[in-house]
Order: sequence, then structure tokens, then C-alpha cells
Amino acid sequence: MFYREAGDFKTSYRADSQTFPIRFDRYRYYVVLAIAFLVVPFIINDYWANAILLPFLIYAIAAIGLNILVGYCGQLSLGTGGFMAMGAYACYKFMTAFPDLSMFINVILAGVVTAIVGMLFGLPSLRIKGFYLAVATLAAQFFLVWLFNRVPWFYNYSASGQINAPQRTMFGVEITGPLAPAWATYLFCLVFLTLSALIARNLTRGSVGRKWMAIRDMDIAAEIIGVNPLRAKLSAFAVSSFFVGISGALFFALYLGAVEVGEAFNIQKSFLILFMVIIGGLGSVFGSFAGAAFMVLLPVALKVVGVDLLGWPTDTVAHFQLVIVGALIIIFLIAEPHGLAQLWRLAKEKLRLWPFPY
Amino acid sequence: MPDQVLFAMEVTLNGLMAGVLYALVALGFVLIFKASGIFNFAQGVMALFAAMTLVGIMEGQVPFSHLINATFGTDIHHFGWQVPALLAIVLTTGVMVVLAWCVQRFVMGHLVNQEPIILFMATIGLAYFLEGVSDLMWGSEIRTLDVGLPQGINETIDAFTYDLFGYGFFIDNLDIVASVIAALLVAGLVVFAQYTKQGRAMRAVADDHQAALSVGISLNFIWVLVWSIAGFVALVAGIMWGTKSGVQFSLSLIALKALPVLMLGGFTSIPGAIVGGLIIGVGEKLFEFLLGGLMGGATENWFAYVLALLFLLVRPQGLFGEKIIERV
Amino acid sequence: MTKKLTTLALGVMLAAGPAMADLVFPSLSYRTGPYAAGGIQFADGYADYLTLLNERDGGIGGEKIRMPECETAYNTEKGVECYESTKGEGALVYQPLSTGIAYQLIPKMNVDKIPMLTSGLGRTSSKNGDVFPYVFNFPANYWDGASVIVKHILDQEGGDLNGKKIALVHHNSAYGKEPIRTLEALSEKHGFDLTTIPVDHPGQEQKSQWLQVRRERPDYVILYGWGVMTPVAVQEAANIRFPMDKMIGIWWSGSENDVLSAGAAADGYKAVAFHNVGSDFPIYDDLKEYVYDAGKAAGNGDQHGTTIYSRGLYAAMLVAEAARTAQEMHDTKAINAQQMRDGMEALEITEERMTELGMPKFGPEFKVTCRNHGGEGYAAVTQWDAKAKQWTLITDFIQSDQDIVQPLIEEDSAAYAAENNIPSHCD
Repeated sequence: MFYREAGDFKTSYRADSQTFPIRFDRYRYYVVLAIAFLVVPFIINDYWANAILLPFLIYAIAAIGLNILVGYCGQLSLGTGGFMAMGAYACYKFMTAFPDLSMFINVILAGVVTAIVGMLFGLPSLRIKGFYLAVATLAAQFFLVWLFNRVPWFYNYSASGQINAPQRTMFGVEITGPLAPAWATYLFCLVFLTLSALIARNLTRGSVGRKWMAIRDMDIAAEIIGVNPLRAKLSAFAVSSFFVGISGALFFALYLGAVEVGEAFNIQKSFLILFMVIIGGLGSVFGSFAGAAFMVLLPVALKVVGVDLLGWPTDTVAHFQLVIVGALIIIFLIAEPHGLAQLWRLAKEKLRLWPFPY
Repeated sequence: MPDQVLFAMEVTLNGLMAGVLYALVALGFVLIFKASGIFNFAQGVMALFAAMTLVGIMEGQVPFSHLINATFGTDIHHFGWQVPALLAIVLTTGVMVVLAWCVQRFVMGHLVNQEPIILFMATIGLAYFLEGVSDLMWGSEIRTLDVGLPQGINETIDAFTYDLFGYGFFIDNLDIVASVIAALLVAGLVVFAQYTKQGRAMRAVADDHQAALSVGISLNFIWVLVWSIAGFVALVAGIMWGTKSGVQFSLSLIALKALPVLMLGGFTSIPGAIVGGLIIGVGEKLFEFLLGGLMGGATENWFAYVLALLFLLVRPQGLFGEKIIERV
Repeated sequence: MTKKLTTLALGVMLAAGPAMADLVFPSLSYRTGPYAAGGIQFADGYADYLTLLNERDGGIGGEKIRMPECETAYNTEKGVECYESTKGEGALVYQPLSTGIAYQLIPKMNVDKIPMLTSGLGRTSSKNGDVFPYVFNFPANYWDGASVIVKHILDQEGGDLNGKKIALVHHNSAYGKEPIRTLEALSEKHGFDLTTIPVDHPGQEQKSQWLQVRRERPDYVILYGWGVMTPVAVQEAANIRFPMDKMIGIWWSGSENDVLSAGAAADGYKAVAFHNVGSDFPIYDDLKEYVYDAGKAAGNGDQHGTTIYSRGLYAAMLVAEAARTAQEMHDTKAINAQQMRDGMEALEITEERMTELGMPKFGPEFKVTCRNHGGEGYAAVTQWDAKAKQWTLITDFIQSDQDIVQPLIEEDSAAYAAENNIPSHCD
């Protein structure tokens, strides 16, 4: 009824190939962006920023990154935690070595460093495939974490091996450190997320993305039709690690503020982000958002319902949380193996024709 | 002989023993992967669940007592009896079979013919679920598991090597027992697979689902069977590791120790799991001994993966894995 | 995207929680995850003491206590969530019982003006109240622990450690690496050789480490383990027949959980503690009457008297006393977090007061000042009796080597102050 493409004519190639070809879709997207940029910063408080929105924004960036690798290029990776750590430590080193450098550039640089490291660890993917590759990327996970724990240079020789984000400002407002107001950190992450999503979306529907998908669907066939697997796979690793590195840097500098590598970037983090990607939907930018929102919100929602509303003991709630998360993952997979993004797609299809489906 | 050589020999022997324990965990993965193409991430949690159930049964604990007490306001914890270890093991095996049936009936049965990554994801969901259930059932405190396995230094080997080299080697009795049990288990599995009807059916399914189905083998039954065997292997692994460190959450993390073994040995080969386990065990221990000191120690976690990675670069399908033939 | 909006609506509902006038002591506990075994005991002890105050005395100074509990699973992100969700309720003091979460909260405490107590954990140099006005770590910290262990070894060896070998087997994390600097300084002073042997999380497999111990034959082993690492270490030490009374753990490696699974082999293993252990104190009569028998015990109610349960009791006692001090100082019953901080800074624990509370000799006497937020650094050595299945104190409270520890604290806190431009709080 209100959601249809009838009458939505395109008169140029440019208009036809835009990101959201349907007018309603496009406006909805602008509205969401406007709310995120213009409304939320005014009503945000510490709890919302630190407990829900920051983790959501940061994990969404990481999920976009991993989705490029797993969902678009078909290379299963479990090294995300390690690459996030790389981003965090690179950011820390840049922050402390060049105190005057803008935080924005710091984060980008952290992403670049991570991209290089990611490419290095992506090299085995040229020979190793499938689950073997997944386990091989665990080598990156364990090695990087060990390295940052072991070599004092990375944590500036501090006594305990923790790294603490020093205070940095942007346009005169603190964005890292304890004094940073919630809206500033939120906006900073939001800018990065918006940029990441835009870049990812446009990369994946261009020639690079098509090459990735060709490799994903069958790499030998892709090679025969002229896709260079070396360049395609390594570029996927680089782009993916770039986003993951950015999210690691934000995770450390803006969200947690102090990080211990073995605790914050352990193997669980790699799994968590993989869950987001799979639950959200492989090969979909929207899926990365949905997956991140799902995994961030579910525990909080369950906690609110269990502890605050029902008054159960916290440990029982925590155990139930595991049971429910596990059961939900299974139910989701059985009901819709292609994730939340597919549900969303179906809903859109239905809405398009509603109320006259035939 | 110079000390360093003796030390290296001792480290190698211990590495072999540790490798057997890794192989034990890896075995569970291989069984399920071979028969159904599922990379069962829940294997580690299954070991935890099995060990928790075993302790719970042995101590006569009431399952879900927290929950019952919280809902009904009662105060029950124990039935008040003690179950002998052997009987408890049999009962726990029963529980694992029921679990296998449930997994097949409620999870995997619905996901037949899905892509491997979806199946993998489902087992991760299963891992969460099982972890929560075992906590709810038996509580999350640390438990002592004692089924009467010997522990501590083996005096005979110590004395023998002392006479021979002037330096007594340290070998843990528990490790020896574990090796013997693992050897028996593998021998049993081989006999089962080679000489029984179900075993042959299992191999047929592993070879080709469609063909097996067409000669009248029930895939459902075979999958339940395979999950049951994997459950039993998890129980054995749980007993070994649980005796070492007490039964608690961290037990589920032993799965991480088995992954490099799997890579090295190949996902589809039982001998591969054993040989891979031994190589990883010896490799990581020797590396830690020779170079760990220079690099600041605690290298074992990543070295196993790097070793496996280097191996894979030469043989992408693992040591004994089926050769990957790709066609367009 | 629409999801974001619905969550927003949900959140507005949540954020508008009621502000009550009770004394709020949030408990960031962990009853699940890899460190649940210790977390459960601490949380139970903490809760039971506060319940006792409510039931017996009607709270502190007549003001009821409320203890919102929040599960962190020892995870820093969940810790942040817990902190943010409880701080708005008028939280008076935090005790995260996790070094990771403590590090996280240290800078935030200054901004939110809420004090934090990290007894025997956290950032050691936060003892310097001049730099860390809102962080307290009385009565002892990690470096005190290391020093007290070495002092005990000195006692055992008749005061001379020249040429002796001491190995530190530690959890390869911020926590485990804390004592290295102190021990290095001590090894210079006393002339012993120090070997550090790291064990990576979780520490299920420690064969290499203990073979190394066996080869190098150190005279003593100091253990900084946490979680599953400790029982495995104790077991492996017993396996290589390392004499148990020459192995000494820090307080986080000295609970029942750590030694029970090794059975008789663990007999004689030692650990330091900054409080007394066991249930042989008058306060347990009250606890039984008002809490246990009334069915108000926290958790399962099966942890009473265990080491970390005692630590929970002790921690609750310290903050309750601090709250009382604050009430007297500011002459108001409904104190706020700022006043609570003042109370903590003026806290004085005397033997007399502990006896009054039914906890005679439960901990060392100490007095907090503006510059000293960490007490005098007293700790005692406990030993495990495998037959009786209990820990007992075998020494008095020993003071750590302040000549070694104090300069290290000054140095580290000065570096922190310079790095973050923190002005002096006391001058």
C-alpha cells in the first residue's frame, strides 16, 4: 500500500543504480540517519551510551568487516578478536607516540595497520579452505594476543600490561578518557559506522564485490573466468581487517578506555562477532547491523526481564540467558538459515504487495 | 648423556602423553564430522556436561535443585545416596545417548542438507544451550571428580630411568592410564567400525549419504549412533581432564586444544586425530622447552596453531584427510 | 534500523528508575563463567553480611541497606553495563572483585565521584590517595602479598636467602604480572634468584611449566593463579613431588576450590590472606540466627566459612564501617557517595572494633589517610590441612617490606599522574 515502487521511475542510469532504488526505502534511510545524528545525541545518557549504543555501533563495524570476509568472499575467519586487538594496540601506540594527531586519523591509521597484518594472515587462504582455514586463522588470534601480552613495547612498559586510553579532544570536546560526554563518543562512533557501511555497501556492489562473490561461490570457476584469486582474497582480508581494526581501536579508546588483551580480545570475541554475522545474515550489510543489535540487546533485555522484573537470582538468570541464547540461535537457524537479513527481505517483499498479495 | 638431551627426552615423553589427551578430545570431533559433515563445536561443552553429570550422579545430587528450590521454596540438594563410579559412568553414558537422540531429533534433523557453516553455527548454539543447562542442572561450583584413577609420578619409570641415565623421568600415572584408555577406545572403535553391522553402516554413511540411504540404511539412526559415541568419547575426555583439574566451566575450553590437532590430522581421519595429537603434544612441549624461555614462555597456545598452519601449507587437507578434489 | 527505535523506547522506560533513600551497595558479582567458583563465595559473603546488618540492626545507623546484584561473569563489558546501570541508583561504593573491571572503572570514579574498594586486587599504585582520590585498596595489595610471602620464606630460611632460587608461577595476565617488579626488587635486596614462569589462560595444561620447575629445582614456588589454573598447579606440583609447604600462593590462589581436587596431596600448601579464615567467630552465631536460619542466606548457603566467603564478609564489614564513619563525620544518616568517600578516607579499623563486631582478629588493624589508601600492608600466612579440609592461619599478620613496596607505588602513581595530568588531591 504505502510501500511500493509503482510510479517510482528512473530516468538515468545513475538513478537506477543508487543504493536504495525504491523511494520509500531511501526516505526511511534518511529518516533513520537524521534521528541517529540529530535526535539521539540530545537524549542520550551514560547508561544508554556505554551499555548499549557504543557496543552496538562498534560491533556493527566489526560485523561489517567480518561479513565482507565471510559473507561476501566466503573465507571463514576466527581471528577477529586478534585483529581487533591489533587495531586497539596500534591506536594506543599512535595515541601515545603522536599526542597531537587527531583521533580521527589515529583510528584510520589503526585500521590501516590492521589491514596490513590481516593481509599477512590472509596469505594461507590461498591454499587452505573451509574449516581448515577457520582453524588456521585461530593462529592469528592466539599469536597476536600472546604478542601483545608478551612484548612490553606494545603496552609502553606499564607495570601490569594494561593499556589505558589517554585523554584526547576533537573540536575542543573530549572524546576519549573519563570526561568524554556520552553524545560525543556516540557521534564519533556513529560517523565511523556510517562511513563503514557506505564504503562496504558500495564496495560489495561494485566490481570488487562481484569478484569476492565469485570466489565465494566457487573459486576455481572464478579463476577460470579471470578473477585473480590472490588479489580478490587478499583484498577481502585487507578491507575486512581494516574495518575490524577500526572497531578494535574504537572499542579500546572510546568504549572501554582500559584494556587487557587476554580478557578483552580473547577467542570469545571472535566467536561473538561470527555469531552476529551469521545470525544477522551472511552477505548483507543490513544483516551486520541486525546481528550486532541482536547480540548486544538480547543479554541486556534478558537481564532486565529476569532480574528487574521477575526478581530471579542473578546466577539463574545468567544460566537461563545461555540456554535462551543457545535455543534462539538454533531456532533461528531452523526457521531461517539465512539470518535476520533474510527475514527483513521477506518482510519487505510482503509489505511491497500488501494488502493485495496477488 | 648431557642433561639437556635427557630433559628433552623427558619433555618429549610428556608431550606424547599430553598429545594422547588432545587426541581424545579431537576424536569426538572427527567421528561426527566424518559421519555427517558437521563440525561439532559443542564437543568441549559435551565433555563438561558429561563430567558434571557424572559427578552429580555419583554424589546423588538432585538435578535442577536451584530451580526447584527457587520456584517451590523447598530446600533439597541431595538424594542422600552415593553411586559407585562404574554404575555412574554407565548411567552418564545413558544420559549422553538421550542427549544424542535429542540433538538429532530437535536440531540436526531439521537442518539436513544445509550448508556446513549453518550446521557449524547450530552446534555453537547447542554449546551455549548445553552450558546453560549443565549449570542449571548441577550448579556452577567447582567439583571434585574421583573415579579412582591413579595420579602422581610413576615410580617404576622414575626408578628405571634413574638407574639408566642418572636422571629419573617424570611421567604422570594419570597420563599413562589415559593413553591406555585412549588406545583401547580407538581399538574398540576400529573393531566396531570394521566388524559389526552398525559399524559398516556407519562407514557407508560416512562415504556417501545418498548411496547409504539407497541401500536401506537409516541415516537418522546412524547419526544418533554417531552422536552417542561422540558423547561417550566426551565423557572419557571429561573424566581424564576433570580428574586433573576438577570439574568446572573451564573444562569446556579443552576443545580449543583439539582444534590444531584436527587441522593437522585431517577432519575425517581417526588415525589422523591420534597422530596429529601426538605431533602437537610433542611439538608444543619441545618448542616451549627449547625456545619458550627465549620468547618469554607461555607459547604453547599459539604454537600448536602455527605448527598446524605450516603443515597445512604443505598439505591443505591435513595429514590423513581425504584429498580434496575440486571440479567446476 | 527500526530495532534501534524500539530499543530506545524500552530504554527510556528503564532509565527512569526510582531513586530511593537507602544505602546502596551494588554487588558486581560473577556466579557464572570461568571464575565462578571464587565469585560465588565472595558474593555470598558480601550479601550475607549486609543482610545481617539489615536484619539485626536495621541497616547502618538505622538506614536500611539495599544491594542490587549484577552478574558480570568476570567480563569487562558486562562490568561496564553493570556499573552504568547501578550508578544512577545512588551507589555508594563499588567492589568489582576483578582487576580488569577495576582498571576500567578507575578513571570513571574520579568523574562520577563514587569511591571504589579493591581489597587485594586492582591497580596496586592506587594506594596513593594523592593521585587516586576515589580508589581504595586497604588492607593489602598484590605487592604487599609478594613481599609478605618473601618475608615468610625468609623466616623459614632463618633470614638468609642468598643463592636460593624462587620461582614465580603466574597467570599470564595483568593480575599475574603485578608481583614481578616487586619480586625483582626483593631479589636484589635479599640475593635470591628469581625465575618467572607464565601460564596462559585458562591453564588447564601446565605440564611444560612444572617440568621446568622440576628441572630447575627452585627452593620455593610462589603461585599467582586464578580460576582453574590454581588447582591444576597444585596437582602438578604434588605430581612432581614438590614439597607443598614450600609452595606459597597469593590470596586468590588460597581457597578451598583450589586444593580440594588435589585431595591429600595438597596437604601443607600455603597461601597468604589479609583476613582470618574459618567459621570460628562470634559473628557466625548472629549470621546463623538472623540470616541462615531465617532462610535469607545468599546463593546456595553452602559456602559459609570458606576462605573467599570470609573475604566477602570482611569486604562488606569494611564498607559498612566506612559508611558508619561517614555518617558520624557528616552527621547525616542518608550519606551520598562523596560522603562515603570521606568516610573511607577516615576509616580506622581497630582490634577493639572488630571484637565488638564479633570478628576478633579477623583482619589487621589499619588506618586510612589521605595519602595512604592502602593500609599498612599486613597479611598472614594460611596453610591447608587436607585431613580436616580447612585452612588455618599459621602466622600473625606480617607487615610487608615498606622500603621496597612504597617507592614502587610512588613511582607508578607518579607516572599515572603525569600521563593523565592529575592534580594533587591532598595538598
